[in-house]
Amino acid sequence: MHRTSISSPWMRPRREVKRMNTVTLTIKTQPELYLELEKVNPDTFAGKKADEIANLPVFQGKEILTLGDFFTVTGEAGATAADTKIVINGDCTKMKYIGAKMTAGEVVVNSACDMYTGSWMKGGKLTVNGDVHSFCGLAMAGGEFTINGNAGNYLGAAYRGDWRGMSGGVLRVKGNAGSDVATFMTGGTLIVEGDVDIHLGTHMEGGTIILKGNANRRVGGQMVKGEIYVYGTINVMMPGYKPVGDVELDVDGTKSKFVDYIGDLGERHPKRKGETVYGHLYMKK
Amino acid sequence: MSEYIIKNGHVFDPVQGIKGDKADVAVKDGKIVDNVGSGAKVIDAKGKTVMAGALEVHAHVAGPKVNAGRWYRPEDKHFDSHKTAGITRIEGGKSIPTVFKTGYEYARMGFTFAMEAAMPPLYARHVHEEIHDTPIIDEAALPVFGNNWFILEYLKNHEVENTAAYIAWILRQTKGYGVKIVNPGGTEAWAWGLNCLSIHDKVPYFDITPAEIIKGTIEANEYLGLPHSMHLHQNNLGNPGNYTTTIDSLKLAEGIKTKNNFGREQVLHSTHIQFHSYKGTNWGDFESGAKEVMDYVNRQKNLTIDTGNVTLDETTTMTADGPFEHHLQSLNHLKWFNVDVELETAAGVVPFIYDPNNAVFASQWAVGLEIALYAKDPMRCFITTDHPNAGPFTRYPRVYSWLMSKKVRDERLNSFKKADKVISATTLANIDREITLYELAAMTRAGPAKCLGLSKDYGGLKPGMTADIAIYNINPDKFPSSGPEIEKAFAQVAYLFKNGKICVEDGKVIDMGHKETFWVDVKVPENKQVMHDIKEKFLRYYSLNEKNYPVPESYAPHQHILSVDATQA
Repeated sequence: MHRTSISSPWMRPRREVKRMNTVTLTIKTQPELYLELEKVNPDTFAGKKADEIANLPVFQGKEILTLGDFFTVTGEAGATAADTKIVINGDCTKMKYIGAKMTAGEVVVNSACDMYTGSWMKGGKLTVNGDVHSFCGLAMAGGEFTINGNAGNYLGAAYRGDWRGMSGGVLRVKGNAGSDVATFMTGGTLIVEGDVDIHLGTHMEGGTIILKGNANRRVGGQMVKGEIYVYGTINVMMPGYKPVGDVELDVDGTKSKFVDYIGDLGERHPKRKGETVYGHLYMKK
Repeated sequence: MSEYIIKNGHVFDPVQGIKGDKADVAVKDGKIVDNVGSGAKVIDAKGKTVMAGALEVHAHVAGPKVNAGRWYRPEDKHFDSHKTAGITRIEGGKSIPTVFKTGYEYARMGFTFAMEAAMPPLYARHVHEEIHDTPIIDEAALPVFGNNWFILEYLKNHEVENTAAYIAWILRQTKGYGVKIVNPGGTEAWAWGLNCLSIHDKVPYFDITPAEIIKGTIEANEYLGLPHSMHLHQNNLGNPGNYTTTIDSLKLAEGIKTKNNFGREQVLHSTHIQFHSYKGTNWGDFESGAKEVMDYVNRQKNLTIDTGNVTLDETTTMTADGPFEHHLQSLNHLKWFNVDVELETAAGVVPFIYDPNNAVFASQWAVGLEIALYAKDPMRCFITTDHPNAGPFTRYPRVYSWLMSKKVRDERLNSFKKADKVISATTLANIDREITLYELAAMTRAGPAKCLGLSKDYGGLKPGMTADIAIYNINPDKFPSSGPEIEKAFAQVAYLFKNGKICVEDGKVIDMGHKETFWVDVKVPENKQVMHDIKEKFLRYYSLNEKNYPVPESYAPHQHILSVDATQA
């Protein structure tokens, strides 16, 4: 039952990165409201020149404007998403959906971003050199999403109302994250190097959460299966968790000793080969 | 008002027996007329199909449970939140679209009328608010009666006259159209944690059986002579082996004669019968019972049915069959909405994914198509998806493509992951029938109009009838052979006339029309007993005062009232 190491996708040797075409977006005008940048991803940019990219629609409230109304666009995209890199400079705190639904290529944002950044991401690499607001990395299915700042609520969760949360890829936050992180997670790996607020991994049914800092309350509520590693403390533990022994595990590149809790005992649990499958909450000793 | 002449189209109209002949249709002052003046605007329908506007006989499109689906499923509309060019508003939602999208989409497919299939009387105001906000199409709503305490108490003693007086009172209070029964007795039994899975299971406390409720409401419906017949969602929905319950229920209508002034011939409409046509004892040995059920329906002239075609989509189930929704939730573990409506009914809502890789759902798909293909009289079998329960109504064009082309249907059937299992559990692979455009016009126009008691003015293209007309980009001489082509043709009309006005052109909504709310006003002899019972129940049980119960006229400002005089009954 107890494994001594978990798979470490972040440890894999990096493949030779091929040369990418870079498109640089630099903010020239800040929107009056918020901008919905559903078209800012390598998949939409692929095969387009700077002027075509500047003509892509963006939404401000119910108005349809163009990317060029707000950004200076330089460079051109590669033929496919995989050989397209997008670099965004300037204050993006009022920009939503950057990198959402991307399947390949690379996006680097040198700013903080608003909601839905990297949501429904299927592949490629997205780096935010700043904070992200709530609802980022929603239902992420693949790729690498790194936030070199703090994240808001509902990071890597399911969309409001949905029961299909993060299912793949690696999502890493260097700072803290808010509440309701990884709700309905079914796969992939989510790493928070700082602290989180309440409701971590609620309804989790697979996947791995690694929390290097502390959690507030209700970690793993209604968790069916999956793994949560906590290096710091949990303010108040859920009553539906039971310690079943100590284990030594290799997590995110370092070996540590954990107490293994199973749960949430108040939730339904599937059976595999006659044995009941539980969620595991590993607390560092 | 403008005059139009629709020239050279291939007309399909079962009301006049026109089977695709080239004919002109003239429109004046909102009506179809024999001829118009030379100043009439000419619509060239050469190489196109002309039919009356279609009528939806059973869908959940307005009211509290539809709205519960909308608010608890934001994920259903998350990606449809942008405004597009034109006069239309934002169109959100796939299985539970907004009222605006509901109106636009029906109109784009050539529909001009939709029946909201289950109105909880207590929340009738909400239903009418949504109906009023749904553009273009006319609508009506059927209040639910099958688990109503008044009905259970009256029918326990077989008091048909009192039942009828109470129905007439409710129709007037709620601006309702007819009598809907959902899982008779079962929903009430569920308040005790039970259900009625056969028509002879007793309802706790009330000591009455579903059979007594079904028969009694049919009799009360005919006593009043309502435009529509009793409209039944049967017991034991969705369970293997339920086809016997289905036929037992249908048999209750044997020998009952219709009595009405609206041209209706059936005494019982059994809805979404696909969900009620299963053989076997569990989902492992499940088989289609469509043949058995349709053999019976084909013989009994006083019945009509609608199909309830599974469209293999992610959707939102919603019904007044409370126990069934609880059962569904225990199968798929998704979110469950549940409500009890005081003395009247209940409802549940659960999202559902009809995954084509699953043999059960693929078989349900096959059963729905079998129902329509086994129907001998297209004037008594109507195509529905029980929207949104078996799939969204926006999938009608796809359902038509499966029914009208064996090739398209077989492609789907043979590409199922569990095709062998589906083919052996159903008979669909052996059916060669393809529904013709003329039969489709009967199943979606003339038939539903007759069933709803609206055949005088709707469902046909005879001079004198209301000018609700759909023109499709379909040349019957070169009927499209691929599924996507058939779908596109039915999804986007070339023209839709509503009351003689063009509301949709080339699939684009250009006018919001002037929608009407249909309801039935019945005059009955004064009934002191029933009025006393109503007063007492409101005092003792209801959470609101009797005076606050009726739907005020301001909730249905554009009403189309069908009057019935039952004082001589």
